[in-house]
Amino acid sequence: MNERARMLDQYASRVYKNRKDHVLQLEDTPGVPEITANTRTVPGIITNRGCCYAGCKGVVVGPLKDCCVITHGPIGCGFYSWGTRRNKAAASEGGQNYIPYCFSTDMQESDIVFGGEKKLKAAIKEAVDIFHPKYIMICSTCPVGLIGDDVHAVARQAEEEYGITCVGFSCEGYKGVSQSAGHHIANNGLMKHIIGTGDKRPAGKYSLNILGEYNIGGDGWEEERILKRIGYDIISVFTGDGSVEAIQNAHTADLNLVMCHRSINYVAEMMKSKYGTDWLKVNFIGVGATIKSLRDIAKYFGDPDLMARTEEVIADELAAIGEDVEYYKNRLKGKRAGIFSGGSRSHHFQALLKDLGVETIIAGYEFAHRDDYEGRDVIPQIKEDADSKNIENLTIDADPELYKTRYSDEVMHALREQLPVDSYPGMIPDMKSGHIVVDDYNHVETEMLLKLYKPDIFFSGIKDKYIIQKSGVPSRQIHSYDYAGPYAGFKGAVNFARDITMSITVNAWGLIVPPWKSEPMLEGALTGGGE
Amino acid sequence: MLDLTPKTIYERTALRINPCKTCQPVGALYAALGVHRCMPHSHGSQGCASYHRTFLSRHFKEPAIASTSSFTEGASVFGGGSNVKTAVKNVFDIYDPDIIAIHTTCLSETIGDDVNSYISDMDIPDGKLVVQASTPSYVGSHINGFFNMMCGFINYLTEKTGSPNGKTAVFPGFINPGDMRELKRLLSLMETPFTMFPDTSAVMDAPMTGKYEMYPAGGTTLAEIKALGDCSHIVALGRITSVEPAELMKKKFKVPYTLLPLPIGVAATDSFITTLSKLSMRDVPAEIEEQRGQLIDILLDSHPYTHEKTAAIYGDPDTVLGLAEFCLEMGMIPKYMITGTPKEEFTKQAQALFAKYGVEGCTAKANADLFELHQWIKNEPVDVLIGTSYGKAIAKAEDIPLVRAGFPILDRYVHSYLPLVGYVGAMRLAELITNALMDRQDRDCADEDLETVM
Repeated sequence: MNERARMLDQYASRVYKNRKDHVLQLEDTPGVPEITANTRTVPGIITNRGCCYAGCKGVVVGPLKDCCVITHGPIGCGFYSWGTRRNKAAASEGGQNYIPYCFSTDMQESDIVFGGEKKLKAAIKEAVDIFHPKYIMICSTCPVGLIGDDVHAVARQAEEEYGITCVGFSCEGYKGVSQSAGHHIANNGLMKHIIGTGDKRPAGKYSLNILGEYNIGGDGWEEERILKRIGYDIISVFTGDGSVEAIQNAHTADLNLVMCHRSINYVAEMMKSKYGTDWLKVNFIGVGATIKSLRDIAKYFGDPDLMARTEEVIADELAAIGEDVEYYKNRLKGKRAGIFSGGSRSHHFQALLKDLGVETIIAGYEFAHRDDYEGRDVIPQIKEDADSKNIENLTIDADPELYKTRYSDEVMHALREQLPVDSYPGMIPDMKSGHIVVDDYNHVETEMLLKLYKPDIFFSGIKDKYIIQKSGVPSRQIHSYDYAGPYAGFKGAVNFARDITMSITVNAWGLIVPPWKSEPMLEGALTGGGE
Repeated sequence: MLDLTPKTIYERTALRINPCKTCQPVGALYAALGVHRCMPHSHGSQGCASYHRTFLSRHFKEPAIASTSSFTEGASVFGGGSNVKTAVKNVFDIYDPDIIAIHTTCLSETIGDDVNSYISDMDIPDGKLVVQASTPSYVGSHINGFFNMMCGFINYLTEKTGSPNGKTAVFPGFINPGDMRELKRLLSLMETPFTMFPDTSAVMDAPMTGKYEMYPAGGTTLAEIKALGDCSHIVALGRITSVEPAELMKKKFKVPYTLLPLPIGVAATDSFITTLSKLSMRDVPAEIEEQRGQLIDILLDSHPYTHEKTAAIYGDPDTVLGLAEFCLEMGMIPKYMITGTPKEEFTKQAQALFAKYGVEGCTAKANADLFELHQWIKNEPVDVLIGTSYGKAIAKAEDIPLVRAGFPILDRYVHSYLPLVGYVGAMRLAELITNALMDRQDRDCADEDLETVM
């Protein structure tokens, strides 16, 4: 029985039937195997998934620093998504920074019974009176959808009344099967109401948006630092340290870079349809991955000066970290890792681990879709089910004035041969035979994976961190970076190497078993009895 | 930091900014974790359980298990009966708890799911149990969730056989496992046979052994909860947190109770010990008297550094009341006391404290938020902040030292292992508060005024 079979063997038939297609053990066969993803979680299984609200407010809308994001609902949802995702943000000059604040309508029983719109309107008025924000976002929680509050109508009314931008998001927790639905809803809202509403022109020759970068631990700042060194103009970042002010002008960029594919591919695709902006899947996690991404971007523009400058910066950055990387590589070589994250991190971090000589033998996602595993080519084959049908799919037409393509079809065709333009091959092609891939993994499977594979380190979230650690396996949070970072780019790779070396080698691992349990405690010879 | 907070106070009726409370289910989940071999279950969409487990793990730095009914839109429209029945079946199958404690969410409450009747329709394995509590997030706070789940267990499990077991039931309130250990130590020293319910010690502060245990050694056992009706008396700690389960026990099983403040500080611990002494009809042992004496010694030694220093105290109602009284005992002035929990009893108790110690110019408010507290501080500052991690932005913005106490503390280690209750807990608090003030004096003084001996 291979590891996959042993994992699934513990289930009774009805759970087995559900889980078997979510768990793959890769084999040496041509092609990418099919995985089941983005379907309902088995009730009661102790999933690591969150909800639609968490995806919309927690991930995409929350990090926008210059807008007042009001959670419309009872207090919990707003409270839990307050300052917890480490989207670092600093106010731009003269700008507002709402990141340290939590705004909620704190709905009470009477609001549930008689409707919460009145309270939401009053809350918006109070926010306007106190803070004078230019932008307000409203994120809906479960009861709001059930009682039928129309947050969109309230938003439109607020726009008229106060002359501000106000956007409502119907991201009630029960929508879809995970956070993923919330990403899609947030993307739709940004596309409908924000992107393309500004008219500031790019200052540089080549301008970029970084999509799906949430600036956890300052990753986005490190990426911006490197890209600016090469000479790119960064129009906007979606949405870590992001601002509505900047995102309004996103349509003026020459190229979109996509970091987290799952949370933001909708915006990339919609901008492609509306403005003709190409997107390039990049990965700035890992030295090799960063170099490849930088070269790909330069190649896209095809400017020899830009390519030369890219090589200069790469050489300079590499020289600065070479010794450190070698040091940690010597300490980490041959180790094996497991990694579970929400969207693209389980793929991205494999590149960095590989740089350090660590093989990722177990990987999976909480809320990914088949294309994140198998690549975008499978999208046409994905059947829509009832849960995804409920998420609005915008039809986007080319903007009559702003749509433009940089390259002719022929040039584009040739470019596609060398570059992942508008495409993403997914995580599975980068993994090897014997490796295991699990979608929507749960508590009992985590325990089994630890037992069967005994990885040297396991990357996951806070909900399983202490479970893993109590099992004797070093665990680091890959959503929050355990409050360290940045891990992106060249310098980030060294930070990561240092942090995981620390977690694997900390002396306390050797102290778990007390000496009296491992050493003989009785000394001296037996006495008495024989002479 | 918090640069957008204006000094001018604006009366708000609808917008909650920087809350000082959270929702019922996280309290219910915590209470259920204090029952041995219990799986807490969240009846709603997945995000709730995910957020609650995350918060408890971040506060305790320990695993916090809970399953969920995993609602999607279908369940929200047609009712969550089938989801919760499937969930319960799967949880017993896969995780084998002795009991599942279901709490509702605002989702299942709004659609009107009748969990009680779902339970009666369930196929529950022999010897296993399922209980439930209604914990809508749009009522009260996590404190309500905590006592509502206690009431859930009492309603479903507790019996009165008619033969008293001679035990005292202790309802500890919403406190850390380290506090529960200290209460148990005092109960043992007082030779009082007891059942503590709930009891998260040895669950949320379990030792590292290299082996993960889904159900660690601790927690009130089902037999103990069942036998609560046979207890001779209840000591309910926390006038706001523990009154409802105590009242329920009195109403249903005629077990009398004594309602006491959380034993934080001298007077509140004195009341606890005195009550135990009366109940067990035993003298207070020398060890306890010795520790009390040490604490008073500490308060007298250190008073020049605490006298008339002002504090802003925020958090859960009973915790804030306890911390405030201890501050008063240290000669400090609890200038501002807020809780987010909407219980007017809090304000009443706070006013009684102000009167008892004859302090003026102090403000106490229930159903308040940290934004409001910050605005008060901007207008009239204090010397120290005492409360949860969410005050750290105010502390930084206004350059005021912060002593962490209460729930949640997300940015420090060890706090949940060490008590704030009892005389020993008060010593720890005295150390934390006095040293924060003294550190501040060292930091702010001129070089020539830096004292090596203080």
